[in-house]
Amino acid sequence: MRTKEERAPIRTGLRAFIIMGAVLLAAAACGRRPSGSSGGTALQIKGSDTMVNLGQAWAEAFNKLHPEINIAVTGGGSGTGIAAIFNQTCDVAESSRGLEEKELQAAETAGFVIHETIAALDGIVVVVHPSNPVSALTMEELREIFMGRVKRWTAFGGEDRPIVLLSREVNSGTHIFFKEHVLRRGKSKGPEEFAPAALMMPSSYAIAEETSRNENAIGYYGLGYISPRQKVLAVATDAHTPAVAPTIESIRANTYPISRPLYFFTRGEPSGTVKAFLDFALSPAGQDIVRAIDFVPVK
Amino acid sequence: MKLPSRRLREFLIEKLIFLSGIASVVFVVLIFIFLLREGVSVLKTTSLGSFLGGHFWYPISTPAKLGILPLILGSLMVTAGAIAIAVPLGIAAAFYIAEVAPKRLRTVLKSCVEVLAAIPSVVLGFLGITVLVPFLKSVFNLPTGLTAFSGSIMLAFMALPTIITISEDAINAVPREYKEGALALGATHWQTLFRVVIHGALPGIIAAAMLGIGRVFGETMAVMMVTGNAAVIPQSLFEPVRTLTATIAAEMGEAAKGSAHYFALFAVGIVLFVISFAINLTADILLNRGKKK
Repeated sequence: MRTKEERAPIRTGLRAFIIMGAVLLAAAACGRRPSGSSGGTALQIKGSDTMVNLGQAWAEAFNKLHPEINIAVTGGGSGTGIAAIFNQTCDVAESSRGLEEKELQAAETAGFVIHETIAALDGIVVVVHPSNPVSALTMEELREIFMGRVKRWTAFGGEDRPIVLLSREVNSGTHIFFKEHVLRRGKSKGPEEFAPAALMMPSSYAIAEETSRNENAIGYYGLGYISPRQKVLAVATDAHTPAVAPTIESIRANTYPISRPLYFFTRGEPSGTVKAFLDFALSPAGQDIVRAIDFVPVK
Repeated sequence: MKLPSRRLREFLIEKLIFLSGIASVVFVVLIFIFLLREGVSVLKTTSLGSFLGGHFWYPISTPAKLGILPLILGSLMVTAGAIAIAVPLGIAAAFYIAEVAPKRLRTVLKSCVEVLAAIPSVVLGFLGITVLVPFLKSVFNLPTGLTAFSGSIMLAFMALPTIITISEDAINAVPREYKEGALALGATHWQTLFRVVIHGALPGIIAAAMLGIGRVFGETMAVMMVTGNAAVIPQSLFEPVRTLTATIAAEMGEAAKGSAHYFALFAVGIVLFVISFAINLTADILLNRGKKK
């Protein structure tokens, strides 16, 4: 329950914030343009919807240290943020994907370099009941399981039990990431869906609780929830590669398949306010916020 | 000197009370208008038939599938289960408290019922997850204990205080002469209760049940925690279900304002409102009929 209740008001506030940000942005477009990557006294942060919460939390904490700086954090998607770097309507782009080749070339033609900072990592852990003999699955197997195509544990060398699917609610970024990354094999649009019979749990806590009590269950949650009461599965990219257990190390090394880095992009080397903000995000206090919002700290 | 100020005070107080009285009416009307305005927009993206009768609820997919039939059936299933448990139990408890229990025990029981009403639903839901769900799973050997039945039990607990209190009032309101007459004719205590008192109290008891149903139908938190929330058309009480209320609670925070999903959730709200309204209206009619007799 914890994360949901704490997060919901932030999200609602966010919507107002996005509108406010849009107004500010319009005002900024008429008057002053953000000056390169130094930022000045106003900071525009834009991009990934996954990271909006995180950016918001960083901005709030950063504002306590530097109340004179106005920070607007808006979503719209990673691509929106990167585009905003190009037309100089934001100082920092938040992105849950890396830069594409054509974006790098476009920046080169335009005569600047996009500076990349990995701010946090996003890792999702697949868990089963501790007594379940299954200890590793491939991405394809996970896909079949969560789409409801395989319904019994025997298919993976487990006991003759039904598979009970535990998913997060659709309001969860984890739900969306798992769907896109596992079910849709990395594509954001696609026909694949969680099986209708998948139980939608209101929180990661609820998934952890049910998994630790139900031998039939399989669920997923953020790395921060790992506990000995659930068995964490190792995941293999395909049948030919070894299965990797999710740890902060394997997620950082990008060998665990259900993870991704979360980026900050700036126009050129960051300086001034932008640098102060990025430094804050990477500081121990900033990385504690990363952990609190259920992402993996990079430091 | 004193009189005008007193009159003014009376006048102000009168108006204030009037405003307080009218406020609830205004709020209900405003809420309904707001719900209607936001909810009707769902018809731009989906027809009424496919909204109410659709079998799949995938609100954030493109294109979104906005069929709430599994949600309606889920709510009805959980409510029906809760009523099947709470109504007989509640009425029996009310009879015991009103007619059978010794005076001292009666006071204790009544305060216990009040305490039961005071337990927050999240706390009940929490108990449900940690105690009831694993228990049901092992007793009935189910794939998961997160089922409509778990929700029904939780809700039965929540409906019991309402049902007991109102039924008890109805039983106490049965004229003493009926009972005395029955006993004087040689009926036993049980026969008096079962053949005479229950008839006199029946409209009140039915109203109690209806108000209990209303409470159960609109309950969200505990249900969301223990029913599993899978949007499938339920085949039995021992399967996971997703209720209307849980759907709104779980998804409202994230639905982008103005999206089909957002409007669909308001439309779900209208469906809930209409059903709750019908239940409460029935209860009201029955209560009034009981009073006239």
